[in-house]
Amino acid sequence: MVTWIVLAVVAVLVFSGIALYNRLIGLRNQVLNGWRQIDIQLKRRHDLIPNLVNTVRGAMEFERDTLTQVMEARARAVSAVGPADAARKEGELSQALGRLFAVAENYPNLRANENVKMLQEELTSTENKVGFARQFYNDIATKFNTAQQTFPSNIFASMLGFTPAELFEITDAAERQVPAVDLSMRK
Amino acid sequence: MVVFVAFLLFLGYGFDRFYVGDGEFVFPIGTLTALGVGSVSALSSYYSGDRAVLLSTGAVPIDRALSEETTEASALKLRQLDNVVEEMSLAAGLPKPKVYVVPDADPNAFATGRDPEHASIAVTRGLLDAVTRDELQAVVAHELSHVRNLDIRLMTVIAAMVGTLALLSDWTSRGLRASSSGGGSRRSRGKGKGGGGAIILLVIWIVAILLAPIIGQMLAMMVSRGREYLADASGAELTRNPLALASALEKIEHAHAPTVSVKRGTAHLCIADPLGKSVGLKQGWMPDLLASHPPMANRITALRQMGFQE
Repeated sequence: MVTWIVLAVVAVLVFSGIALYNRLIGLRNQVLNGWRQIDIQLKRRHDLIPNLVNTVRGAMEFERDTLTQVMEARARAVSAVGPADAARKEGELSQALGRLFAVAENYPNLRANENVKMLQEELTSTENKVGFARQFYNDIATKFNTAQQTFPSNIFASMLGFTPAELFEITDAAERQVPAVDLSMRK
Repeated sequence: MVVFVAFLLFLGYGFDRFYVGDGEFVFPIGTLTALGVGSVSALSSYYSGDRAVLLSTGAVPIDRALSEETTEASALKLRQLDNVVEEMSLAAGLPKPKVYVVPDADPNAFATGRDPEHASIAVTRGLLDAVTRDELQAVVAHELSHVRNLDIRLMTVIAAMVGTLALLSDWTSRGLRASSSGGGSRRSRGKGKGGGGAIILLVIWIVAILLAPIIGQMLAMMVSRGREYLADASGAELTRNPLALASALEKIEHAHAPTVSVKRGTAHLCIADPLGKSVGLKQGWMPDLLASHPPMANRITALRQMGFQE
């Protein structure tokens, strides 16, 4: 009788251990995937910006500075190394783009241009995608960290060498500020 | 859901006790047959239902809609829809569903497909014209939440159970007619064994089974309404902007003409009741029992509360 009870307890422990381990692995993969999604969207944004700049260049002869700033910010963002650096440089790029759109409002022929509108939609969407990819990453990373730190999975997590995932945080004070122009680019 | 299963078990038990078997323990052959038939029909809709639904609404894949588009302004709207769907699937961490446009002037939207890997989201032209980008995002988030919460699978299981109930009820009412004309030898045998308690049970059971299709439908709608609130809430979790969904719902309610291209079977996956019945707008127990969607005012209030606006 006692042997059976011991066996049952061991079986329950083994199975719940397997379930917990699988859950942690699943979450870790989702976290990695979430991180890759952010990368993909940032790359997309970098690819779109030269298009935009070329489209508006003719009409915005007098705004060379703004355009150059956008291109420079893009170049810096492309060459960023590591998450913290990338977060800061992408933030600067967002600001440069915001300024460009604000200035573009002064050019009626640009505002009416369907190409520009389409590009603006694409950029708005990419900004959103970056934002949502970060949101998903942070949500899933928090879930992963919570799963590692709560009982009983914390026992397995530390034994099996799981480490908490780093959250994507805004490090730059300037980016925390509310942007001056609303282009419905919510973050 | 639990009520549903219990109801089904009660009716199935009665069917087998009074009709098929006459011993103490009976193999529930009648119930299993009904469940089998119901499940087969539900399963076939599970695997090919999305195609049938999309076909019946005349939905056009977004790529084709885009290539056929003549004016730049509406091409922009379509691009926006495609982008918004991609944004929301990123936010939900799901693969991007296929996007369709339904040529219908009434604002509405629905999701279909058996799992997140085979999901489709369809939006009417009327919705694209009526709402802003933020509101469109909220509506798409609501539909994607139906996909994420596996509501499509759930409603398929429920459809199977409603079908089983309908079959049991149908067979019983046929059997009643046949036995009343043919002397009912089987039934009298069953009665003779059971005694007084069995007769009362029999009466309750007959009443229940004759009402079964209606009760089944009501229970299904109850589940559907619950999932609707859930999709509203998890949609708001994706956009972090419940007020956009509230204002989109207001616009949709405002134009509450029936969505002619959406058939009854898809109603529970639409953002608003496509039948355009006025009961969707009223409150009280009658409309509450029979509607696939909760009253719009209640949904809007719930969303406003999430946005700390009431």
